[in-house]
Amino acid sequence: MNKRAIYLLLPGLLFLAAFMLVPITLTIASTFVQDGKLTLEGYLHFFRDGYFNRILLTTLRVSVVTTLVCMLLGYPAAYYISRASARKKSILLALSIFPLLTSPVVRSFSWMIILGKKGLINSFLVNTGLVAKPLDILYTPAAMMIGLVHLFLPLIIITLLGVMENLDHELVRAARSLGASPFAAFRKITFPLTVPGLIIGGILVFVGSLTAYTTPALLGGKERVVSTFLYQNAMTLNDWQAASVIAVIMIVITFVVVGLMNAWANRLNPKG
Amino acid sequence: MKEGNRMLSLYTLLVFIFLLGPLVIISITSFEPGTVLKFPPEGFSLKWYKNIFEVSAFMETFKTSIIISLLGNLLALLLGVPAAYALSRYRFRGRDTLNAIFLSPVLIPGIVLGFTLLRYLIVVYGLPIVAGLLIGHTVIMLPFIIRVIASSLENFDFAVEEAAQSLGASRLYTFFKVVLPNIRSGILAAILIAFLESFNNVDISVFMTGPGISTLPIQMLTYVQNYFDPTIAAISVILMVLTAALMFIIERLMGFTYFTKR
Repeated sequence: MNKRAIYLLLPGLLFLAAFMLVPITLTIASTFVQDGKLTLEGYLHFFRDGYFNRILLTTLRVSVVTTLVCMLLGYPAAYYISRASARKKSILLALSIFPLLTSPVVRSFSWMIILGKKGLINSFLVNTGLVAKPLDILYTPAAMMIGLVHLFLPLIIITLLGVMENLDHELVRAARSLGASPFAAFRKITFPLTVPGLIIGGILVFVGSLTAYTTPALLGGKERVVSTFLYQNAMTLNDWQAASVIAVIMIVITFVVVGLMNAWANRLNPKG
Repeated sequence: MKEGNRMLSLYTLLVFIFLLGPLVIISITSFEPGTVLKFPPEGFSLKWYKNIFEVSAFMETFKTSIIISLLGNLLALLLGVPAAYALSRYRFRGRDTLNAIFLSPVLIPGIVLGFTLLRYLIVVYGLPIVAGLLIGHTVIMLPFIIRVIASSLENFDFAVEEAAQSLGASRLYTFFKVVLPNIRSGILAAILIAFLESFNNVDISVFMTGPGISTLPIQMLTYVQNYFDPTIAAISVILMVLTAALMFIIERLMGFTYFTKR
């Protein structure tokens, strides 16, 4: 390796080693040691405990639903944007990027106004007589899902848009000229070629939802997900051993999901 | 197909209403004259905007957020610009691995990174909380700095640099006089994107608060959990105006292609 390159890379590498790799490695190592002995007790304790399993299941359920809804809302929108005129495209792209850059605190807070007991939805339902008393929407898993879909929808739209922009439209035109209907051309050409993008976007949403803190903390109330449970153990209960175990479980799930879905996306990619 | 097109544009319209509606609603409620957040508001008042400046915690944490984001940005540039240059300029074995290492902070769940930093930087290494906050923010800014700068170096022809050197300019001189000016807008865009990333960060900052030290998003979180008045709506509006302004500059500097490229 080029000596000059080493000197240029070294400061950044040392920084990341000291302030990311070492702390994470030590955290992982610490979960296998108790009273000076090597043990899996930290993990067993967690998985034997019904409470943690419930939290883990809630988190996974919320993340799966969020991902599917984001795909369902995002794909058609991204397709529409990719086919729009240049002017419309740039406006819609800007409108997608704006929420992405806006603070998650602001975005979750806006849903508190809408979903609360005296919120927009409830006052509408009560005023029109559709329900007798306000529904409990805020501080439920449903509220978290709505907030997370709102948080990650721009991400999947923008990811899909990137893939659709790189799509070779000659292929679609060729299919059309050979007699395929627009829908058939979409189904046989456009969709299969953009599926890897849908999976990559899905990974981003799924992992993001799995590890998001702000949205569940604001919209979930007492309802816990793994990230808020990690925070609670570390800062409220001061149980750092438990927090470390949760941290490691989160890292493992993240890497497994990213690895599996990346492999899947690569296999589906017709370009190899 | 006309029919299908109309359906699709209606669908997209609804998607964007869902995406932007809440931000519009929060903006409107910020003008509520009463003490409880309502939509629609019962009048028009700027008193909650005034309240932002009267609650000293907001001004203090706003200042901290700005300082941490700027200092962290500077640190991330000092570490990231040489790395991005080396990764783009030289071809060597293990380059992909190194690239992956530099981008890895975005892969680690933020809340996990925040916790491990608290546990080791503050408690084991014994650093003060402010230092932990600064380091944590630098770690999360580094991938953005490297990615944006590396992508603007992709469009730079290193032959120009070689030409300058063959004419007798030193390496350092060519870097500052030839390379840097050519990727100036990329660097500025990288600074702004990293700034927003750091300024909005909750996951790291939530672990790095202590007596007198907190950032604006954390202060907002704490405030929302205790009060439900329109102050946060007013701050939200100010933050959105700031975001829109920075976004406009990013667009001018490098377009939005960065966002759609992955």
